[in-house]
Amino acid sequence: MHIFEGFLPSPWWQLWFVFSIPIIFFGIYRLNKLVSEKRELLPLLAVAGAFIFVLSSLKMPSVTGSSSHPTGTGMAAILFGPAIAAVLSTIVLLYQSIFLAHGGLTTLGANVASMGIIGPVVAYAIYKAGMKANINFYVVVFLAATFADWFTYVVTSLQLALAFPAEVGGFAASLKAFMLVFATTQVPLAIMEGALTALIFKYVIQVKSDALVELNVITESVLNKIRGTSQ
Amino acid sequence: MKGEAIFAVIAILFIASFFYGMAANPDSEFGGADGQAEDVIAEITDGQYEEWTADSWVNSVKFEPPGGETESLLFALQAAIGAIVLGYFFGYYKGKQQSE
Repeated sequence: MHIFEGFLPSPWWQLWFVFSIPIIFFGIYRLNKLVSEKRELLPLLAVAGAFIFVLSSLKMPSVTGSSSHPTGTGMAAILFGPAIAAVLSTIVLLYQSIFLAHGGLTTLGANVASMGIIGPVVAYAIYKAGMKANINFYVVVFLAATFADWFTYVVTSLQLALAFPAEVGGFAASLKAFMLVFATTQVPLAIMEGALTALIFKYVIQVKSDALVELNVITESVLNKIRGTSQ
Repeated sequence: MKGEAIFAVIAILFIASFFYGMAANPDSEFGGADGQAEDVIAEITDGQYEEWTADSWVNSVKFEPPGGETESLLFALQAAIGAIVLGYFFGYYKGKQQSE
């Protein structure tokens, strides 16, 4: 999903920094608070970060004849909220832009906005709404992670279309062209990521379910229900 | 086991969709989608747009892998570091749970 270095002209790359920086700082604040108050959850935080690290390094082929990578942000967003997911994503995006020349430093603000902020916000919103509606936990996790991944690429298309409106057809025509590249490539990958995230959550419930209750991700009664059906 | 079975079905469908993609796009090299986006930009702007950072300080703070091999190495490293952390903590939690 990375927008290459220098591929967002002024004022767009600055605007996306203005959008992203306050949220990253808020995330760092939330992160510090979490680490000082609930130190025992640090390993789970590392797991969520590592999940993003692994998934965003996997460039997978897709039906459209191009390759793209999953984002892995759904898990962090569900566990710790979108602000902390933004910080974890920023670390990964920095690694990739400094050492791999994938994505840019000037386009970092835009890339953090799509992968680190808007994707996780979508995941968080779907998760909360789904749990409220009493849908099966794993189905909700699957949907949240799938749409977090897919929306990341929708936003990337949007960012490029805003910066490069077509002469004929303007913004809408550009959006269609970029969506064709990013959003269609991403559909099978997003579904795969959703399934993998749901599977990982199954293991988290098996070995560390008390942390989920402590983080207010699920309630005691929902946990008992999940355990009752899976055993 | 139910979760794993569902995951396996989705994984098989995903791999099948890849083979369908190979058949549908026989000439494709499966390059990055971001590279394709670059072509779309070139098309929209009539090839007029050039990255404005080409000669700026930005590129001097970045490390450009000398080639595809080193790039694969760094990607593998990224996945490996993540996988070690994942495996370590899941193992830690599991061991702790069993000893309780």
